[in-house]
Amino acid sequence: MSEVRRRLASWDSIIIALTVLVLVVASVGVPNFGTSRNFTFLVLDLMPIVLVALPMTFIIVTGEIDLSVASTLGLTSSLMGWFWNNGLSIETIIPLCVLVGAMLGAFNGFLVTGLGLPSLAVTIGTLALYRGLAFVVLGDGAVADFPWNYTGWVTGTIGGGAVPNVLILIVALALIFGVVLHATPFGRSLYAIGANAQAAHFSGIRVARTKFWLYVASGAIAGLVGVLWTLRYSSARADNGSGLELAVVAAVLLGGVSIFGGRGTLPGVLAGVVLLAALQNALRLQDVSGQALNIVTGALLVLSVLLPNVASSIRATWHRRRLRQAAAS
Amino acid sequence: MTAALVTKSKRPALSAGGLMKTRELGIILALAILVIFTAVNHPRFLSGQSIRDILLNTAILAVMAAGQAVVVITRNIDLSVGSVLGLSAFTVATMMSTNPDLPMIAALLVGLAVGAVAGLINGVLVRYGRVPALVVTLGTLYMFRGITYSWAGGQQVNADELPRHFLRFANASVLGVPWLVLIAVVVVGGVSVLMRNYRVGRELYAMGSSPQAAELAGIRVARNLLGAFLLSGALAGLAGVLFAARFGTVDASAGNGYELTVVAAVVVGGVAVFGGSGTVWGAGLGALLLTVIGSALAVLDINQFWQQAIVGALILFAICADRLVAVRIARSLRKRDSHV
Repeated sequence: MSEVRRRLASWDSIIIALTVLVLVVASVGVPNFGTSRNFTFLVLDLMPIVLVALPMTFIIVTGEIDLSVASTLGLTSSLMGWFWNNGLSIETIIPLCVLVGAMLGAFNGFLVTGLGLPSLAVTIGTLALYRGLAFVVLGDGAVADFPWNYTGWVTGTIGGGAVPNVLILIVALALIFGVVLHATPFGRSLYAIGANAQAAHFSGIRVARTKFWLYVASGAIAGLVGVLWTLRYSSARADNGSGLELAVVAAVLLGGVSIFGGRGTLPGVLAGVVLLAALQNALRLQDVSGQALNIVTGALLVLSVLLPNVASSIRATWHRRRLRQAAAS
Repeated sequence: MTAALVTKSKRPALSAGGLMKTRELGIILALAILVIFTAVNHPRFLSGQSIRDILLNTAILAVMAAGQAVVVITRNIDLSVGSVLGLSAFTVATMMSTNPDLPMIAALLVGLAVGAVAGLINGVLVRYGRVPALVVTLGTLYMFRGITYSWAGGQQVNADELPRHFLRFANASVLGVPWLVLIAVVVVGGVSVLMRNYRVGRELYAMGSSPQAAELAGIRVARNLLGAFLLSGALAGLAGVLFAARFGTVDASAGNGYELTVVAAVVVGGVAVFGGSGTVWGAGLGALLLTVIGSALAVLDINQFWQQAIVGALILFAICADRLVAVRIARSLRKRDSHV
């Protein structure tokens, strides 16, 4: 019974409920929100955040962070344009870009696990480095003449219906990451690392190696999103995805993942992403400026950690009072 | 190097201090090499106007870096500074354009006050809400920016709407030193002395070294932490006033993304993100180095696009160097302990 109550009161179930509420209210109350056309836009808008958030969840669960993801996205987007200008075929470019992303992630992973540097500082450094290299590669120009069948696939829907093609990709990757995190020993080991890296190490978990591969995965996904982003807007630019890292971290934390590691679930994170995207979309349809929504995003982010803290301290006070009453009687 | 360390390590406090000094010495050396190399190739790099421009560009960054350094030394971080700068700059610019007769000091005080309130909100949430500083200030980064946007909408305050004396403040100087630079020097110098020589400064270092130990030792952690965030916010607010006076045109996006440059200056300046070490004037030097790199690239006619990549490489280099120093200190301490 108390287990069920604890589950219900946990932040990720609250956020899932809140997301469902927002979706229902918006579909009923906001004109055009529930249309299939708007659904396509909603999915396309949340695609970069949700995909990057998957490996980011893993990394934050282990108690680390990767702020360089948006710059990795920008650099792969730049390189994609550069490769295309140099006559490579799109079939070669796409795997090449994912590979470059994985290598950029491996560099982060090496600095964090090989040299033992703090991930916050390392990835702020590579955030600047990768974005800078993106500008070195492509300058402030853009490459736009990508083949139509690829750009059309990214923005298109299955059979011209309501379900966007990229949704298959999102669902497939989310399923893989979800199963790995919640149903495999590897997933459990991530929580162990986040709860206490030293204890995990003594329990036989290869902490450094695990973290290294998480950074590789994060880089590879960021590279893939760089490709998708470029194809969606049919424009390879060095500043693609600027600032996305903060939106991703905000969505992950909003979904109930602890910044200290060891706590959080993937369904919670997915709900966090959908909540932010749906709110933004609904407010835009109501002609509220997207920038004003920043207030809501920020407040939700702080509340996601503040409310559980307040709840637990109230509970602790009650508990102490009850103990004192018991002692008095 | 190792030998020198071992002999010095009889007085551990001094040896650690000596190493820290070499840390700032490294930045000064890098600065000197960069300036000499650029000046040899382009003597105009050392002309009065060029130096003036560099110092003016450094001033705003250095003021923010001083506050950020204090927060980072306590093992926290303040990512909201860019948004606080924007909020303060827009508040002050709007105030000055509607009340052109207000004196400059009023603008400075309002900017400081706006920033102080923002910083206090951060501090209260971190301390009493027990929310990690990264989460709080990431949240307030969005909130303060959102407030500025919903207030400003698409409008901006242009230079011709601002009173003359306000704009002149950015270029006016005392004894040849621009006001902006003077303010930056006073702020960085003052906070450095506070952190080095005063009790509260040493307590802030202690809190960064070990938060639990600091609490057990009876340090007034709550007061100090609120003070650190308040200072960082107030200085970001001050930077907002300087920003408005220097650039004249202010819209809701002023200072967007500055937080990363400020953190970069602090990290390059030798303040470790794990707290407890580094100096405020080192952070000021970090701000100067980042600005000089930008100017030198322009003078040397190197593609401007390299600048950000170089800054990134420099951050990585700086934290690698810090790590090396930390490993050496740990090794020398272990050696010393084994002799006892």
